[in-house]
Amino acid sequence: MAKSDHKKVRLKVQRQDGPGDKSYWQEFELPWEPHMNVISALMGIQKRPFTTRGDATTPVVWESVCLEEVCGSCTMRVNGRVRQSCSAMVDLIAPEGQTITLQPMTKFPVVRDLVVDRSRMFEDLKRVHAWIRLDGSHELGAGPRQSQENQETAYPLSRCMTCGCCLEACPQVGPLSNFVGPAALNQVRLFNLHPSGAMHAGERLDAVMGEGGVEGCGKAQNCVEVCPKDIPLVDSIAAVGRDTTKRMIQKWLLG
Amino acid sequence: MASAKSLTRSDSGKVRRVVVVGGGLAGLMTVIKLCEAGVPVDLLSLVPVKRSHSVCAQGGINASVNTKGEGDSPQVHLEETVYGGDFLANQPPVKAMCDAAPGIVEMLDRMGVPFNRTPEGLLDFRRFGGTLFHRTAFAGATTGQQLLYALDEQVRRWETVDVEDDKGERVPGEKMVRKVEWWDFLALVLDDDGICRGVVAQDLKTMAIRAFPGDAVCLATGGCGIVFGKSTNSVINTGTASSEAYQQGACYANGEFIQVHPTAIPGADKLRLISESVRGEGGRVWVPRDAKERRAGRDIPESGRDYFLEEKYPGYGNLVPRDIASRELFKKCFHEKRGIFNVTSNKNENEVYLDVTHLPTELLRKKLAGVLEIYEKFVGDDPYSNPMRVFPAVHYTMGGLWVDFERHAGGGVVMGSPRNQATSIPGLYAVGEVDYQYHGANRLGANSLLSCLWGGMVTGPAMASYRKSLARSAWDSPSSFFDKAEKREEKKFAAILTLDGGENPYLLHEELAGTMLLDCTIERHNPTLDKVLAKVEEIAERSKRVGVTDRATGKMNQGAQYVRHLQNMIVLSRVIAQGARNRDESRGAHFKPELTQRDDAAWLRTTLAFHEGATNGTPDRVRYVREFDYALLGTRIHVTDAVDTTLVRPRPRKYETAGAASAAASSQKPPAPSERPAPRAPQGDPTEKP
Repeated sequence: MAKSDHKKVRLKVQRQDGPGDKSYWQEFELPWEPHMNVISALMGIQKRPFTTRGDATTPVVWESVCLEEVCGSCTMRVNGRVRQSCSAMVDLIAPEGQTITLQPMTKFPVVRDLVVDRSRMFEDLKRVHAWIRLDGSHELGAGPRQSQENQETAYPLSRCMTCGCCLEACPQVGPLSNFVGPAALNQVRLFNLHPSGAMHAGERLDAVMGEGGVEGCGKAQNCVEVCPKDIPLVDSIAAVGRDTTKRMIQKWLLG
Repeated sequence: MASAKSLTRSDSGKVRRVVVVGGGLAGLMTVIKLCEAGVPVDLLSLVPVKRSHSVCAQGGINASVNTKGEGDSPQVHLEETVYGGDFLANQPPVKAMCDAAPGIVEMLDRMGVPFNRTPEGLLDFRRFGGTLFHRTAFAGATTGQQLLYALDEQVRRWETVDVEDDKGERVPGEKMVRKVEWWDFLALVLDDDGICRGVVAQDLKTMAIRAFPGDAVCLATGGCGIVFGKSTNSVINTGTASSEAYQQGACYANGEFIQVHPTAIPGADKLRLISESVRGEGGRVWVPRDAKERRAGRDIPESGRDYFLEEKYPGYGNLVPRDIASRELFKKCFHEKRGIFNVTSNKNENEVYLDVTHLPTELLRKKLAGVLEIYEKFVGDDPYSNPMRVFPAVHYTMGGLWVDFERHAGGGVVMGSPRNQATSIPGLYAVGEVDYQYHGANRLGANSLLSCLWGGMVTGPAMASYRKSLARSAWDSPSSFFDKAEKREEKKFAAILTLDGGENPYLLHEELAGTMLLDCTIERHNPTLDKVLAKVEEIAERSKRVGVTDRATGKMNQGAQYVRHLQNMIVLSRVIAQGARNRDESRGAHFKPELTQRDDAAWLRTTLAFHEGATNGTPDRVRYVREFDYALLGTRIHVTDAVDTTLVRPRPRKYETAGAASAAASSQKPPAPSERPAPRAPQGDPTEKP
């Protein structure tokens, strides 16, 4: 922290008391602290729940768990851009003490303030059978051998936190479409890459072949831009797209 | 004893579910084992299970598969775990866990965990603390996340599977797993005989309170690091569920054993972990030799660096167990004032260097990227070219709910025994960090993921056996029985909503945590602990005068929920601090500078704590016992505080010499020098001597 003339942190938060309620804005001002991030600023409001104007209010409600960008919980729009708020460091996003705006994601129903309900993403994982069909958890010896190269392809795909950034940024995801979105398609690629997962590749491809499946991608490529884990989502969608096309042709040829 | 007529349906025709609270690794593994045994489950979780605290585990999971030809074996793993835990763990469950470990890692591999691989396509293993062997399987530096996802996927599959009745016919509308996410555990439902028949929980979206009957209940709710405020723990780790169970009569064991991890980074909201795997891959800890050194870390030449762990512990070096490393770091910074000098503040900060800049970038990217990325994002500095700055932080709860085991004649545990992982409340099980079972006085790195998985593998069958022998299903209890429990909890919640005192609950927690962190972690002095206990009582008293920050009803209300968690954290603080005050010795993570010796004659025993609620005028108190009885399925079981040390005889714990942690291993040759951290400059490396 170099400058000393902005020892205040200013937040402007879009609040909403409950599902379906009208949203409204509130502003807060807090003393700056070293290592401060958006979460610690929100924690500051809990300790002193007053707006900048000095009105008593309820602390802002948000969702968080790990605070190290591996759980995906604290995703919201920070200065208009969707991201995890834990890794939004105040000195980086507001180096001159600018007001930081916080808003809930728009593609999921608001529960309260910055908390949204992302259950649909977990339901989508059911739809695409994002799992290995294990015979059982008893001892059956080692899994199939895999090359280092395969691991190095799969591991980055497997770091998806189901945070919803890619759905938020995708122009095709919204109330007027049932496009499943990049996250679930990436899981199709991940499981189809695994030697045992590949045995059931067809059922996953079938799941994303029809309405709302891989065809729904408009190739805007916003998803890779916002993915906090740099998952090659566009490559995943392309790979799944190719595989579904192949499968369609095979099915057609074989009747 | 007579058991209920049907295993799938109660007399009144309801599907006989059990309840698992907590969807981290331990809870999910328990659910999988229950499903495989045909037992339908209601899985309750405070958060969507995929966001549980298990995601934070970075370094890996231990299993002695010996693929590096070093002579590692489950026996060595057992010996090193017990030694690392300073002999406080009962040994049969540890043996069972270590024996099962290779099979567990193979199962995870089959589930699709993207473990790092060797050129031959086998699983790769790396070194961790308290051992000389490559025993830790890993998926980059986000192993916990990858394991959690694999189990989450399997449980999601079970969410789609129909329940079948005794004749194998599908029960319409009933799935094997019903996930109940975003619900906060409130209380156990106990019947007049003290048997656990279900739980009461609260929907965090609507604050509605509801009872969930269960033929058995399992708490897999994790540790309580948030008692200490900022730590490496997730914000949800308040220990609220274990505290509630304790207040309802469950025994809490070894509460005073709290692990402080040596390497974390400072933060305003959290102290983020820098995994031990960083040292496992060759990272080195040092401070400048000159206490007033003004140069940046990377500009300080080799001769100006004090690799104090390597110098003092040539045998294990930077990979001494966490309690020892944390004490050494603390000593360097607090007592010797040798922490990194800060030119701006003109003082020595409580920070030491953790250095990976000498390691090949390729290795760092393939094996440690996940954790180095955390450092980069949160500190804003590049760890590939600048030594990281770290300091110890509260990390893991070794103590927890007391759980039983049935010892096998061969030394392990009897699989399927309803005693395994059973708490002192019949029908209530506990597994994972919430139990006290596997790590004694100090947990070895990469053993926590293992204990969660193994614990789940034992708990599922134990609950299935218990349910099978149960005379009457919880699902046949009159609805008035559960209504009463709901009403009681509704009343408690309504009382929280009316609290309008002047104390802010968040500030009160900060005050409690400050005291606990400062005076009840790495070094514990009796006179100071007396003050801690007085402070806990003061805060308990003041907590009656908190003002709830949010009075919303019918919608998400985190302010009211927080008051409940705070009340429960105060109760656990007392258990931790009083246990520390009582134990007049030093053992593992519990260290008294005035009493530095381990005292096996007096203290080789489990701390067993029961709650005694306030009675007119007297505050809550902890009742410590040497023995107690509990009843399981009509049998009385006698429990004492003696530790089962039948497999590895207690001996003094020293890490100066290589191989000291395992008698079985000391006959083996230690790993080749090329596998160990490469020193920057040639220097004598005594680890080469067996």
